[in-house]
Amino acid sequence: TSSMKLIVIFSALFGVSLCLETFVGHQVLRIKTRNEEEVKKLQLLESLEHLELDFWINPSTSALPADVRIPANSIQAVKAFLESYGIEYSILIEDLQVVLDKEKQDMAYSQQRERGSNIFNYGTYHSLDSIYAELDHLASEYGNLVSKLQIGESYEKRPLYALKFSTGGSNRPAIWIDAGIHSREWVTQASALWIAKKIASDYGKDPSVTSLLNKMDIFLLAVLNPDGYVFTHTTNRMWRKTRSKHQGSLCVGVDPNRNWDAGFGGPGASNNPCSESYHGPRANSEVEVKSVVNFIKNHGNIQAFLTLHSYSQLLMYPYGYKCTGPADYAELDALGRAAASSIWSLYGTTFTVGSICTTIYQASGGSIDWSYDYGIKYSFAFELRDTGRYGFLLPANQIIPTAEETWLGLKKIMEHVRDNPY
Amino acid sequence: DIDGVGRKYHLELVLEDVLHKDSTVNCTAEVLYHLGNKNIAPDVQFTLEGELRNTDEADNIFYNRIKSLEKELVAENIPDSHGNVSPEMQPVHLLAWVASGYVIWQNSTENTKFQLAQIKRVKQVKRSDEYLEFDYMILLHEMVSQEIIPWQMTVLWHPQHGVQVTQDSRQPKHAPE
Repeated sequence: TSSMKLIVIFSALFGVSLCLETFVGHQVLRIKTRNEEEVKKLQLLESLEHLELDFWINPSTSALPADVRIPANSIQAVKAFLESYGIEYSILIEDLQVVLDKEKQDMAYSQQRERGSNIFNYGTYHSLDSIYAELDHLASEYGNLVSKLQIGESYEKRPLYALKFSTGGSNRPAIWIDAGIHSREWVTQASALWIAKKIASDYGKDPSVTSLLNKMDIFLLAVLNPDGYVFTHTTNRMWRKTRSKHQGSLCVGVDPNRNWDAGFGGPGASNNPCSESYHGPRANSEVEVKSVVNFIKNHGNIQAFLTLHSYSQLLMYPYGYKCTGPADYAELDALGRAAASSIWSLYGTTFTVGSICTTIYQASGGSIDWSYDYGIKYSFAFELRDTGRYGFLLPANQIIPTAEETWLGLKKIMEHVRDNPY
Repeated sequence: DIDGVGRKYHLELVLEDVLHKDSTVNCTAEVLYHLGNKNIAPDVQFTLEGELRNTDEADNIFYNRIKSLEKELVAENIPDSHGNVSPEMQPVHLLAWVASGYVIWQNSTENTKFQLAQIKRVKQVKRSDEYLEFDYMILLHEMVSQEIIPWQMTVLWHPQHGVQVTQDSRQPKHAPE
């Protein structure tokens, strides 16, 4: 009968829809080609259809790794091929199905949680109020690890909030991280927030973060210049400085990264209040800068001072106010390169490493020069994505990738600090 | 250093197509910055070792779309504060990039590094001939001074005849606010 036919057709369709692809035993390899020869070999491999290789990153240049998913049956053949040509590879994923199953689990779990709370979208830019609300949320959700402290007030009387990550102890050696000193560099405040969440959620799961927090504290100031940040939302997206007013000038604001007590007033800063790099009437004239200086001095046990800027993709150590190297040049340069390498490993984003003066320009009164001369050996300044295509207006869909890669660089430095107390 | 003339740089670069990251072309160039007079653009000579990707199809699609607009194109803040550029505005943004390259070249010294930061406003100017004309107000970011400099530029474009900046002028910075 026709209804019987329908039943047969529907059950056939039903059966087909249940035949889901599985990735049991599939491996994902990252292949690091060293030259064009090796790239060509990979492209040859790519053309062998019977292997059913699925390139997630195609081999095109030896500057970038190629990632490929390999069905279980082809793994031996592919590895033999690579090894016979001496082509380096590493296993990114041992068994793809395991990863997929876990992801499904995680998604189901977070869907359940989402029904309860408002999930904060880390992949978009937020207002100051929204950022401050999320700081509170993190401090409450991870109460055993995270607390919020007010380290001062801005010129327009907004609170300066830092998150403290600590598993206890009393005045443990600590790492300082700040973002948003220049308000238009939006990817820095956004990344800092993601990084805060990452640190909090990785404690107890990631061995490196766990061992780090078992010995040291982390202080994270996500918005060092809240007045400027609000101004970029309400009035001028390109505002850089603080919003302080000064007698004798109609122009507003001081460049907070020319206001530190390190070669203050020297080359690379302007004494014109209308300039974007105006150093201010005197060192630490800006309450935002003074608040951080006071905090660091009062704490007395800060071992690393890390600051986030954008854009240009640079990883720099002192000095900016002079073009001679710091005493710890060799160690800082090596560590910087290791961190840049970690950053690169995720998405191939290249960071140039060097001292401020030799890498961008001579600039006096900068924060890491002050922290270094104050005695904090591990002082680094990051300039995050990109290199100019979008500049300060980095699309929101790059926030999380930027934060993820930056985190790897920060982690590399923090691990070194943890393992090299001084 | 060339006595009495200026400073010459010999460069080897790789050009990467912003829209097709795996398309690259090697390039060698010589840039001569003139001594003294900062009002002369540096001399640039270059050789491309290879060919640039053919963009005729996309060019013609954009050209025809603008030509057939009933009202002149007007837009602001490209990209917007969050870095968004709508698909329709992508070519307008790219055109500004190319044209600003000319402005940047004309105003560069050994101590400047300019980037296009944003298009504040763009207005199409209807023409009776085959060219498209756009009046742009852009913001240039100068890296060394960190200044944001408003700049006006009038840009002509045609798929076969390329880009021309017929007029450009630096604008005064906004009131001190």
